[in-house]
Amino acid sequence: MDNMKLPKEKVGDFLAKLGKEKFRVPREIGGRSEFAPPNGESNVDFSLPNTTVPLKSLFYPQTETLYRFEVGDTVPKTSVVAEEMIIMGVRPCDARALTIVDKLFSWDPEDPYYLAKREKATLIGLACQEPRVNCFCTSLGGGPASTEGLDILMTDLGDSYLFQVLTEKGEKICQEAGDILVKSEDNDVQAAEKAHNDAASKIVRGIEADSIPEKLPQLWESDIWKKTADPCLGCGTCTFLCPTCHCFDIQDEIEGIEGRRYRVWDSCMFTEYTLHTSGHNPRPTGRERTRNRINHKYSYYVEKFEVIACVGCGRCINLCPVNIDILNILSQVKEAL
Amino acid sequence: MKENPYQPYIATIEDTWYETVGDRPVKTFKVTLDDPEVRKNWSHRPGQCAMVGRLGIGESMFCISCSPTEGEFLRFSILRAGKNTQGLHEQEAGDKITVRGPYGNYFPLEDWKGKHILTIGGGIGQAPLRPIVEYVKANLDQYAGLTTIYGARTSGDLCFKDEFAEMARRDDINCCLTIDIEEEGWEYNVGFVPTMLMEVNPSPDNTIAITCGPPIMIRFVLENLKKLNFEDDQIYTTLENRMKCGFGKCGRCNAGNLYVCKDGPVFSYATLKAVPEAFA
Repeated sequence: MDNMKLPKEKVGDFLAKLGKEKFRVPREIGGRSEFAPPNGESNVDFSLPNTTVPLKSLFYPQTETLYRFEVGDTVPKTSVVAEEMIIMGVRPCDARALTIVDKLFSWDPEDPYYLAKREKATLIGLACQEPRVNCFCTSLGGGPASTEGLDILMTDLGDSYLFQVLTEKGEKICQEAGDILVKSEDNDVQAAEKAHNDAASKIVRGIEADSIPEKLPQLWESDIWKKTADPCLGCGTCTFLCPTCHCFDIQDEIEGIEGRRYRVWDSCMFTEYTLHTSGHNPRPTGRERTRNRINHKYSYYVEKFEVIACVGCGRCINLCPVNIDILNILSQVKEAL
Repeated sequence: MKENPYQPYIATIEDTWYETVGDRPVKTFKVTLDDPEVRKNWSHRPGQCAMVGRLGIGESMFCISCSPTEGEFLRFSILRAGKNTQGLHEQEAGDKITVRGPYGNYFPLEDWKGKHILTIGGGIGQAPLRPIVEYVKANLDQYAGLTTIYGARTSGDLCFKDEFAEMARRDDINCCLTIDIEEEGWEYNVGFVPTMLMEVNPSPDNTIAITCGPPIMIRFVLENLKKLNFEDDQIYTTLENRMKCGFGKCGRCNAGNLYVCKDGPVFSYATLKAVPEAFA
């Protein structure tokens, strides 16, 4: 399908035409940003930098009911609900992160809750033009205009967005939008390419990541882990807001006679994460937990799914309260051997 | 739509009894899955696990402590330790519990046919070994022999006492039952399990050794098996770690690059030796 263009003044029409209730867009809510349904009449602000809360929260919410029951019931009532979603303004790193997490959730046996939502979602990406200081997507096979995992890639051309249609789902969106979209011209593509290249050149941080998976097993006893963990508060932000972290806890909850079993984000940086009922903890200190976090992303995941479970979005660096920096850890790994 | 792997089956407790009493009692539950269709399709092998719990309380992973050769039921021998096990211990015959599984790999008992099987267990660690013992007992003519070494702190801490007493009387099974400290009226051995292993002095020839018990016991059993010239690939154990899903999604049960729930719980020592977190 040919590239299309969405004039900026038509964004509202575009949402209305396709059904505003289906849309999830970046929004600033209470001091943080996340994907949420568009609010009332105002236009969508796509100029926000990548959301604080990664896209995974739409497919794998922080808490999610697995099934409900009433006290005394022996048979739970399960329903896997997924509604159609058009997610607009997705940053390429977050879309790429979903393709990585897909591998885990579709590993036998498949996770019906996550996959049902994935199937019903269309992802309209937005190429980054102003990468942030801690972005390092280009080190991990992504980039400010990476298309992996996206159905459409949008690029801001000033008064309009260029729509590069990538999949059938993307085509369907364009067909439904009808004449709200206009045909793009040759120089639009050139302008977009220039914007993509400019953005890539603005990424200042990075690391050559390919050799890390093979180095990590040799650094099991290295003092890197203790040194890194020493200032760590164990708050778990680095994992909660990581777009590829997927670990969860399962808990039961009863209120009145209504009960539910739900899953809730958990973090390998928490003490209780691996704590046995006996009181024994195979990862008793921050040293072991930090080592596991880095190994899981850069070694174990690679062995299982042939991809590093990090997209270089920089959230864990930006949001760590004590400035622990994954690129710093990774460069120590590289220098140690 | 494929089956939802988080959805548990409902099972009825047919019978239940205490294996041990005291501060941390072990209670065995014999349960039957309610749905006849589910029951028909259920198949587990010695070494596999299941999530057992109650709605509103929670669920935890337990080894299935019976062999499929025993009949169309499941057994779980559960040490009371936390919230969920407390809730389960309150259940009696006729009560309903939830079960999902079976999970994980299993002891390759088919491949071990023709070999001598040696189990070395301590305390509640005998629960995952019991299915091996029962399976081999039921097919004794297909194995070169069965030796079971089992011990606990006191006679009151031994599980499956009647079954071991029966095995101790048989001459086609080599059974060594032991407690750590001398007790009046105790007619079997006294001594730590690793020490008894040296006294039994099993030959490594054509033998597979499987051990499970407290970490300290496992450590010394492994040392002693090496002294007895067992090769790494002749030694097996089964690991446990905290688990939530049971099928490789929730992330927490890994020992190094291995998920205990999916890659395990059964591992050979040859595999585990290379995993730095395996005995953490």
